[in-house]
Amino acid sequence: MGRRTPLFELHTRLGARIVDFGGWDMPVHYGSQIEEHHAVRRKAGVFDVSHMCVVDLTGETVRPFLGQLVANDVGKLRTPGRALYSCLLNEAGGVLDDLIIYYLREDFFRVVVNAGTRDKDLAWIRPRAAARGVQVAERTDLAMLAVQGPAARGIVETLLPGDARARAAVMRLAPFSGCAIGGWFVARTGYTGEDGFEIMLPAAEAEATWVALNEHGVRSCGLGARDTLRLEAGMNLYGNDMDESTHPLESGLAWTVAFEPAERDFVGRAALETAREQGVGRRLVGLLLEDRGVLRSHQRVVVAGLGDGEVTSGTFSPTMQKSIALARVPAGAADRVQVDVRGKLLDARIVRPPFVRQGKILVS
Amino acid sequence: MSQTPSDLKYARSHEWVKPLADGTVEIGISDHAQSALGDLVFVEVPAAGRTLAKGEACAVVESVKAASDVYSPLSGTVTESNAELANAPELINQDPYGAGWMLRMKPADSAELDALLSAADYEAAVQADGA
Repeated sequence: MGRRTPLFELHTRLGARIVDFGGWDMPVHYGSQIEEHHAVRRKAGVFDVSHMCVVDLTGETVRPFLGQLVANDVGKLRTPGRALYSCLLNEAGGVLDDLIIYYLREDFFRVVVNAGTRDKDLAWIRPRAAARGVQVAERTDLAMLAVQGPAARGIVETLLPGDARARAAVMRLAPFSGCAIGGWFVARTGYTGEDGFEIMLPAAEAEATWVALNEHGVRSCGLGARDTLRLEAGMNLYGNDMDESTHPLESGLAWTVAFEPAERDFVGRAALETAREQGVGRRLVGLLLEDRGVLRSHQRVVVAGLGDGEVTSGTFSPTMQKSIALARVPAGAADRVQVDVRGKLLDARIVRPPFVRQGKILVS
Repeated sequence: MSQTPSDLKYARSHEWVKPLADGTVEIGISDHAQSALGDLVFVEVPAAGRTLAKGEACAVVESVKAASDVYSPLSGTVTESNAELANAPELINQDPYGAGWMLRMKPADSAELDALLSAADYEAAVQADGA
């Protein structure tokens, strides 16, 4: 038996198929992964993401500490509530994890890390934080729900705790920012390419909130749909699209590495500067399969004249009704590739992700 | 609970076999198998005329999460395959024993047909897997 979230019993009652996900017993779907995917693109769905790890960092030196810890620059966070996506790197520039950092107060930042990397991340962060006088608190008392889809925000509005003024503040949240309301922390973030909220709330309130969302027409969605949605949205998955053996510059994540200001000496900076000077030999691209079949991770990608690459994430896109993928390929000019799909070389085209955002297909 | 019609024979690898009046057999995958795979998005079936050995990988069913081989439960020659599945792989999810049939075959050896599992034996085997 794996670890379980506060919603495990509810998932079982709702008929979820439960699978092991990084040591956690999580719902992969509640009957039809494809219907759940469409529900998020067309209306609204709710995901249990309580297996992700919420870590509160507090202390006077938390901002300079984070400035050194992560590759993106927390100096960009000037308004309380603002969020920043970043990689956590090792000294070699390899990606230990990707995470979201919320700036709450000058002495209080909240970090959300992946479930599968939770123990590794905490082992990495704790001694470094202690050395800088920063306190680290794992918030296992919180559950986290992602409510996503074009109708998500309007439905969540009716269920928020707090008074009218606090609710109005939540509804005014800009993308990639959040605020506290009645014991909840609500952020306008997500992993689906649709508008919506991620809600951190006391574990004891999670089940009633989920049921109320269902009653308002929000469909229960498993991690299967979460994966096809994020891939359509062109978002990386840690462990598939990047890991300790790859650096952000060859993972489509150069935009998350802040080389400026030049004096900010973050972990992995020297290695990334060397990689940049020597030229990055590989890049992460989107693939659109033109033949019939399904792209899957680890399939070989043949780029004529440049060499071989590998699919890092592949699936069948329910929105596009075609197979799509992210793949790491040799850098260079190419717009067509072939992929070894179960022994057959199939034709695919290199495209720029995202494939789908806000219900619209963006590549053709 | 998945359905296991008692008038069909089953292979341990989750295929079903239905003897037809003309001496050929119809083959598909069980309700248990389609349920375990989840929503199917791509199906590849063998061409008519192909000769298959018992246990040979003869078709591919791909769900949103993974690709799986379908193994021929009998030796024989493919007489027809279900062309509808190319555009509607979900027929296997919706009607695994009917519109979701995959291929028809002329068996080479009737003894192989007799050796397949009954519905009750197949159900017992599935339950043993889950235990």
